[in-house]
Amino acid sequence: MSPTDPSPTAPDTDEDSFVWQRLALMARPRATKANALAALLAILLGFAVATQVRQTQVLGLESLRQSELVTILDNTTLLSARLDQNARELQATRDELISGSTSGAAALTAAQERLDTLRVLAGTAQAHGPGIRMTINDPGAKVTAPLLLDAIEELRDAGAEAIQVGSARVVASSYFGQAGSGVEIDGTTVTNPYVILAIGDPQTLSSAMEIPGGLSENVRQLGATITTNQSTDLVVGALHTLREPRYARPVP
Amino acid sequence: MIPALGLLVGLAAGLFLHPTVPLALQPYLPIAVIAALDAVFGGVRAVLDGIFNDKVFVVSFLSNVVVAAFIVFLGDQLGVGSQLSTGVVVVLGIRIFSNVASIRRHLFRA
Repeated sequence: MSPTDPSPTAPDTDEDSFVWQRLALMARPRATKANALAALLAILLGFAVATQVRQTQVLGLESLRQSELVTILDNTTLLSARLDQNARELQATRDELISGSTSGAAALTAAQERLDTLRVLAGTAQAHGPGIRMTINDPGAKVTAPLLLDAIEELRDAGAEAIQVGSARVVASSYFGQAGSGVEIDGTTVTNPYVILAIGDPQTLSSAMEIPGGLSENVRQLGATITTNQSTDLVVGALHTLREPRYARPVP
Repeated sequence: MIPALGLLVGLAAGLFLHPTVPLALQPYLPIAVIAALDAVFGGVRAVLDGIFNDKVFVVSFLSNVVVAAFIVFLGDQLGVGSQLSTGVVVVLGIRIFSNVASIRRHLFRA
């Protein structure tokens, strides 16, 4: 009981039982018209309560008011926008990852191509392709290292990409020296007849050899013979052994 | 006693008959139920106060229901249906609480 309650502190037991009696009196079945009406109303009330409870349990959107529907729609739209945003971000991430992996593969391919090119240039890989095959027959041993070096320079000038003399692969660092009756290239002695293989455009290479004052003329003046064969596919099979540079270091 | 039994009968009928509320009545039924509950508690209080009158009870019951439904209907027409429903529920809830408090004091002196 709250302190402000106006009820007397010492309840009258007589009045107490009087209240209960009154309740019992009212609850007693009486066959009056008003009582029947009240009962009817009570039935209606019970029916309505049960109906409403059931209705609430199966409550769908159709029983909501317009403002509530608008609120729900707003929430749904907001959620949908948020999810859209999420989806876009995830898609962007996915695209990034995919393009990252493909660019990785592209980089690998490019690196492999570059490696192949460098190996051909450095002479550590065999090379094949169109080119010319020259044979210098020099019975009088008149062919010298400078002459061969001139020939190599001519070939390079004409665009030769891989060159082999005898069993020696000619690369950027190759040296030519006289060795008795033959020529020494990178420590390998090449003797008569000299066979020169060069990969490049066959037509251009042949023309370069035949120009006035070029290799062919010089060789013929020395009393040797030279034959040039164009080939659509010849193999430069000799390999150059790489040495680790002792002094040169790449600039980072 | 008979109205109490009637209430139970109505509950049972509602539970077993699975009635569907017509769409037009859907916004008004809950408010009407609350209003009817208010009338019922008011009637019980009147019994305990010794001023109960059958006719007054029936009329107040019906008028409560009709007025509550009408208020909600009016609110719907004015575009403030949900707010007015809330207001009606609050007012009726307060009345039910005060009636129940009065009944409690009569019955239990507490």
